[in-house]
Amino acid sequence: MAVESVGAQQPARVAFYNDPKFRSIAYQVVLCVLVVLVIYAATTNALDNLQRAHVASGFGFWNQAAGFDISQSLIEYSASVSTYGTAFWVGLLNTLLVAVLGIILATILGFTIGISRLSKNWLLAKVATGYVETIRNIPVLLQLLFWYNAVLKALPDIRDSTKFMGSFLNNRGLFVPEPIADPRFGWVGAVFFFGIVSAIGFYIWARKRQMATGQQAPILLVTLALVVGLPLVVFLVTGMPLHFDAPQVGRFNITGGLALQPEFVALLLGLSIYTAAFIAEVVRAGILAVSHGQTEAAYSLGMKPGPTLRLIIVPQAMRVIVPPLTSQYLNLTKNSSLAVAVGYPDLVQVFTGTVLNQTGQAVEVVAITMLVYLCISLFTSLVMNIYNSRVKLVER
Amino acid sequence: MTMSEGELAIAKLHFVRTETLEQQPPPASMTGPIGWARQNLFSSPLNIALTILIVLLALWIIPDLLRFVIIDAVWTGADRNACLEAVQNRPIGACWPFVWERLPYFIYGSYPIPERWRVDVFFVLLAIGVAWLLWLNAPRRDLGVFYSFIVLPILSYILLSGFPAIGLPAVDTVYWGGVLVTLVVASVGIVCSLPIGILLALGRRSNMPTVKLFSVFFIEFVRGVPLITVLFMASVMLPLFVPEELSPNKLLRALIGIAMFASAYMAEVVRAGLAAIPKGQFEGAMAVGLGYWQMMRLIILPQALKITIPNIVNTFIGMFKDTSLVFIVGIFDLLRTIEVSRIDPKWATPVTSTTGYLVAALFYLVFCYGMSRYARMTEARLGKADRR
Repeated sequence: MAVESVGAQQPARVAFYNDPKFRSIAYQVVLCVLVVLVIYAATTNALDNLQRAHVASGFGFWNQAAGFDISQSLIEYSASVSTYGTAFWVGLLNTLLVAVLGIILATILGFTIGISRLSKNWLLAKVATGYVETIRNIPVLLQLLFWYNAVLKALPDIRDSTKFMGSFLNNRGLFVPEPIADPRFGWVGAVFFFGIVSAIGFYIWARKRQMATGQQAPILLVTLALVVGLPLVVFLVTGMPLHFDAPQVGRFNITGGLALQPEFVALLLGLSIYTAAFIAEVVRAGILAVSHGQTEAAYSLGMKPGPTLRLIIVPQAMRVIVPPLTSQYLNLTKNSSLAVAVGYPDLVQVFTGTVLNQTGQAVEVVAITMLVYLCISLFTSLVMNIYNSRVKLVER
Repeated sequence: MTMSEGELAIAKLHFVRTETLEQQPPPASMTGPIGWARQNLFSSPLNIALTILIVLLALWIIPDLLRFVIIDAVWTGADRNACLEAVQNRPIGACWPFVWERLPYFIYGSYPIPERWRVDVFFVLLAIGVAWLLWLNAPRRDLGVFYSFIVLPILSYILLSGFPAIGLPAVDTVYWGGVLVTLVVASVGIVCSLPIGILLALGRRSNMPTVKLFSVFFIEFVRGVPLITVLFMASVMLPLFVPEELSPNKLLRALIGIAMFASAYMAEVVRAGLAAIPKGQFEGAMAVGLGYWQMMRLIILPQALKITIPNIVNTFIGMFKDTSLVFIVGIFDLLRTIEVSRIDPKWATPVTSTTGYLVAALFYLVFCYGMSRYARMTEARLGKADRR
């Protein structure tokens, strides 16, 4: 047959340097050698330069006394006793604080604006579009500086503070009455916790019953009653065991109360407003991604607009929304490092700023800072991947 | 019989219209401005409430804004006294003479005044490059790429930092500032990020494990940390890693940081484009006997880059905004020149900060909005090409 007549042809002889396998290995060896050389050169240079500058190396500085003050701290910190290690934790916690609050605010604002852009109300849609187009196209650093220098620092000074409801607003920040719990307040907390647990239990029971009998239970009402109503009743019964420590205005200072520093407020406002513009776009794209046929199909099954939105549109939109939403959350967290521009003591300001300047150990300090952000990013992507695989559209 | 019944039936009717009715115009309440308003502003109680709320909000904000920018603004003056409420005895809006006097500083920084024409020439050269690349029907766009990515950088470097041999005195980068630095940083970021980003994206999709490993490591590392820390790394760690005599200057360090950062982001954008190319294109290219680089250069990348143009432009927008961060490592970009000017005792007043920030915001807004319009336009054009 023809096949036999051609015969088993020897593969064409290829010079070894044209062999893809050999080439691939050669390229990789060259690359590895280059990388190792660069790392070696960098390390020797760094050791040389550090020795010349008489900078210590290693992580010994972690347990040394820091000796500088931090204006806002969630944990015990004092300039005289605390170490650089404590300063690191203070900075990290401050970063996480502003990131978490920023994420909450940005989500609320972003969803509102994203939905507004799709509103049937022309004026509302235009205002939302204007917001997104303006805020998105101005650098976040400029917005932070604006909030801090042009708005918050331009507020009246202490003697002319704006007063409302026992609070004071001036260029040193916002001072609000601090709620202080009496011992009996513990009961309210316990009942609140009980409310949450029993609400979850009720939800599970209601789902089971609906699956079995088709009867629906007023989940929202019961949940509200258990989580809000019950603690409120206990709060009133125990005689309102909560009092407020109102801020007192002195000549030069305000004592007592809870102080929100302008640095914190500026950072929170700037980050939330900036990120909200991006979240709005994410939300809009997600909702538009659910085809109109889904709504029509739900209506033709006799569903009301409310359940249609809740059970048909939102779950499908969320699948599109969540991945980019997470990356916006990450962006917000990373952008919180701009705190250094307004002087809010976050990780970068405290650690890469003050600690770096005092110890001079640039390599260690910058490496630790990067590692922290890297861990946050990688952890978030991990969670994200798990979520994605759970909500992935399962096709036949 | 049937016939007569039919005639009878007709005879009983008094009136039968024989011609069709003229088409009536829709009711006035459904068309024109009134109909539009009913449909778009007052369609439901909620919408009515929202409309009223927004109008009230606009009535509250817009007059204040107009008063600040135009009506109460100061237009002429020599120093801060012109913009002080206490001196002028009237409410004061924006302080425009401050911007007017500081404008050269905002644009050129401390670049020596007799040499500033060189910066102007740079702006013109840059504008030519940008227009050549962005105008999709421009003649010889291949030359445009060559000009923008090879000729322009070399020419600009000679022009801006000087070349004493041909009579251009050297200007140290510490004197550069303002819009000049912002545009230089953004251009360097763009010019470096595209080729490096493409290489990284190809590396990430490579079959060679080490190449893939290094690409993934670089991309994920840079994307996982804030730009600030990359800039800090470039500005405090880079000088440690190179011999003392080779230590790069401050601007160059920031440029390296920006280029690294931009490349990692560009790599992901290009990778998305590569992923969208059907496998048949790769197989087809290999079947006609093209080598890896030929396949990439002639078949894959032209298609992949074409569909990613909108995303590339969006990345540029992000990068253009991010250039403002070099401010934190001590580079005199536009934002920093404004920061320095607004606290200058000659002009420091309660309104100076807001005026300065307004100018900066306008600058970024014009550039970024322009770019995003362009991205949208290309997207629409690409969409049109794909619809048959």
